[in-house]
Amino acid sequence: MSIAVTTQIICFSILSLVVIVGALGVILLESIVYSAFLLGGVFMSVAGLYLLLNASFVAAAQVLVYVGAVNVLIIFAIMLVNKKEDLKPIDNIKSRRIISTSICLTLLSLLIRVDFSNVWSVADPNASIGEESTIRIGEHLFSDYLLPFEVASVLLLMAMIGAIVLARRDVMNEDISTGLPVDQELIEKASEPLLIKKN
Amino acid sequence: MNLESIPLQGFLIVSSILFCIGIWGLLNSRNAVRVLMSIELMLNAVNINLMAFSSYIDNNLIQGQVFTIFVITVAAAEAAVGLAILLSLYRNRVTVDMESFNLLKW
Repeated sequence: MSIAVTTQIICFSILSLVVIVGALGVILLESIVYSAFLLGGVFMSVAGLYLLLNASFVAAAQVLVYVGAVNVLIIFAIMLVNKKEDLKPIDNIKSRRIISTSICLTLLSLLIRVDFSNVWSVADPNASIGEESTIRIGEHLFSDYLLPFEVASVLLLMAMIGAIVLARRDVMNEDISTGLPVDQELIEKASEPLLIKKN
Repeated sequence: MNLESIPLQGFLIVSSILFCIGIWGLLNSRNAVRVLMSIELMLNAVNINLMAFSSYIDNNLIQGQVFTIFVITVAAAEAAVGLAILLSLYRNRVTVDMESFNLLKW
């Protein structure tokens, strides 16, 4: 066992541990802000796993898009909706927890069984293009994946316009349904919610 | 860099565990932002799977890496639209509790 092999195994173990513990922290921690920052750590570790798989371009894209954009967006959303509220307790929470946990564990055992029982036809590692994967991705994107590539740009434009339309406030001076003046300030004023709960 | 040292199953197991954690969070979170985070975790698990298969089985054509880039693109669009929907929901309901979003319940 050479030093490089040992280093790879150590790196893989550390990155997997960070991914799994971080993901558990994301869903289990009480504070949503800690969850958001742990999510950034999980994204970074996944980028490290991509580097272990000889995919430097996808690792860079992961860091740029997930850590740089999605995570920052989530933190901004937390900042905008961060209000202390006392959640109403659910009466049958225990049975829900038991059912959902058993579903997840069943799915996990099924997936792990498939991972081990299936015989994967692993290709010859010497045929790997290794560090030239960026060149190959570029060739794919501009030959056989050209149409999805162009459609992805249209999708991004549509998502951008849709997000703006959904998240902005009304441009009119008064609300259509209530006739009250619409607040245009950054901080929301206390107003009667439109879809208040009936009971 | 040779990949023989780590078996393919290692990556597959990490992605399976990550996917199941994501599903658990999706089913059990009461904060809507945390639900979106769980969806991101599940998308990342799928991406790890695609990348592992592309590096071990399809290591010359690496179509899995191209697929991963498209998944990352769609995930970014999904996060933007999802958080915008969350903001407009919050404006109407003044809460992010998933239990209070029951407009479609009959």
